[in-house]
Amino acid sequence: MKNYLQLWLPRIVLAPSFFLILVFVYGFIIYTGYLSLTDSRMLPTYEFMGLSNYPKLFGLRHWKIAVNNLAIFGILYILICTIIGLLLAILLDQKIRAEGFLRPIFLYPMALSFIVTGTAWKWFLDPGIGLESIMHQWGWESFHFDWIKNRTFAIYTVVMAAVWQSSGFVMAMFLAGLRGIDGEIMKAAQIDGASGFRIYRRIIIPMLRPAFLSAFVILAHLAIKAYDLVIALTNGGPGRATELPATFMYSYTFERNQMGLGATSAIIMLIMIFSIIIPYLYSELRSEKES
Amino acid sequence: MISNSISGNSGANIKASRIFIYLILIIFAIYYLLPLYVMLVNSLKPLEEIRGGGMLNLPIVWSLDSWRSAWSSAQIGVDPSGLRPYFWNSISMVVPAVLLSTILGSLNGYVLTKWQFKGHGIVFGLLLLSCFIPFQIVLIPMAKLLGVFGLAGTTAGLVLVHLVYGVGFTTLFFRNYYSAFPTEIIKAAQIDGAGFFRIFWRILLPSSGPIIVVTVIWQFTNIWNDFLFGASFADFDSIPMTVALNNLVNSSTGVKEYNVHFAGAILAALPTLVVYIVSGRYFVRGLMAGAVKG
Repeated sequence: MKNYLQLWLPRIVLAPSFFLILVFVYGFIIYTGYLSLTDSRMLPTYEFMGLSNYPKLFGLRHWKIAVNNLAIFGILYILICTIIGLLLAILLDQKIRAEGFLRPIFLYPMALSFIVTGTAWKWFLDPGIGLESIMHQWGWESFHFDWIKNRTFAIYTVVMAAVWQSSGFVMAMFLAGLRGIDGEIMKAAQIDGASGFRIYRRIIIPMLRPAFLSAFVILAHLAIKAYDLVIALTNGGPGRATELPATFMYSYTFERNQMGLGATSAIIMLIMIFSIIIPYLYSELRSEKES
Repeated sequence: MISNSISGNSGANIKASRIFIYLILIIFAIYYLLPLYVMLVNSLKPLEEIRGGGMLNLPIVWSLDSWRSAWSSAQIGVDPSGLRPYFWNSISMVVPAVLLSTILGSLNGYVLTKWQFKGHGIVFGLLLLSCFIPFQIVLIPMAKLLGVFGLAGTTAGLVLVHLVYGVGFTTLFFRNYYSAFPTEIIKAAQIDGAGFFRIFWRILLPSSGPIIVVTVIWQFTNIWNDFLFGASFADFDSIPMTVALNNLVNSSTGVKEYNVHFAGAILAALPTLVVYIVSGRYFVRGLMAGAVKG
């Protein structure tokens, strides 16, 4: 009897979490998936109408803007974070005495809420009181910087704030990767007469492949999820200039009473994230099993 | 470890390149600190000083009025309540959510490493994948479900939400930590007649200190900083700090009190910032564990 209990106890302990995840994650995904096949407006309706929401969604100008913005934002965000992160990690790895002092400074934005980051950058980039006015006061009268109020350039201010928040984190990932590389490799290359720059380009950076991959996956999934920062920084504006899929979903579902389309956009977001994250997790779990 | 690698050979060259490296690092340090500095100095200025330009200048007249206003009297939504009630809303949401998700995560991690059963890999895979879903996918059914159970707009409802979408991460943390724990010790304890909970309580838990700290910090930071769930599911009695801050900053009525906004932003950032300063090492470890598995 006791043995029987011991056999089942682990499963009983795991059951509540498993049940919660099954219902609240996978059940909800199926539910939202079904809603995307209905003509739900303010409230869910369950009358099946096929895939017609999908072409409708992709025909919407509003959605095209959101996807286009995500492409601009995502590419620049990933690229700049990676460049800054790699640069800072390599520089910090040069036996910098102040490393213990500098590293936390590079990384603290990651502890902040995107709403806080958005608030700080919103007013810092505001032409009336922020950067533009500072430059004018310092005597650079012709300095002009109103991107946050400019339909064409507002999306780049979202990139600026997001890079500020996340690049330190990428630095930490690369630094961990660098610290894992055997110093002997470096010495051998130096004895062979290779210059510092060449050693990095030819040997060290290629060895950081796993860190590049992790950074890419994490940043890409953060970019697709990006919501809070846009809300706090520009609230999707001016006009719809900084609308992203996440803000699109929210406004169509809860403000414009187009729940069917909102659900459809959520499914598209899920597909985007899963197509990046599933291969990654699969390969990670497999390599773990092998080792 | 890699040392003196970018620099060339001659002494002068090395010195120049060291100075260059430090210069770049310092410029970036300034870049990262700038927004915090801007928030801090401008929260201490009267409003006219900010309007007059010079956002980077130190205050001429130092004043704590905007802090007082942000905390207890600023207009948020319909009430001139300041951020104080929302601060407590956040606390009473974060504490139970963090505790519950950490406890569940530690037990799950224990089962998934030391009491593996057929299909444990699939269970873990499903938990792991749940960490990365875009939460937009659950907003509609969650709103409906909270309504059905009478939890709409309550702190209890938000605790449930954060528990559900945090347990994947906490399980991941504990699983990775416990998988390095020698299974032979568990086996030996089993032979001595120790049961499931006894082994957990007496053997694993006493050595779980670091991972508990990492998990608590990770969960605390994430839940405190959450905006989407708060904005979607909270009512006055449960609106968290982040949502209140956004309401404060983006309320369209009246003059824009930048100094109050900055003070409010720092108030909203303070708990996680303090945690970061006190235990930065663990915070980084949590970040890395969330990114690359340990």
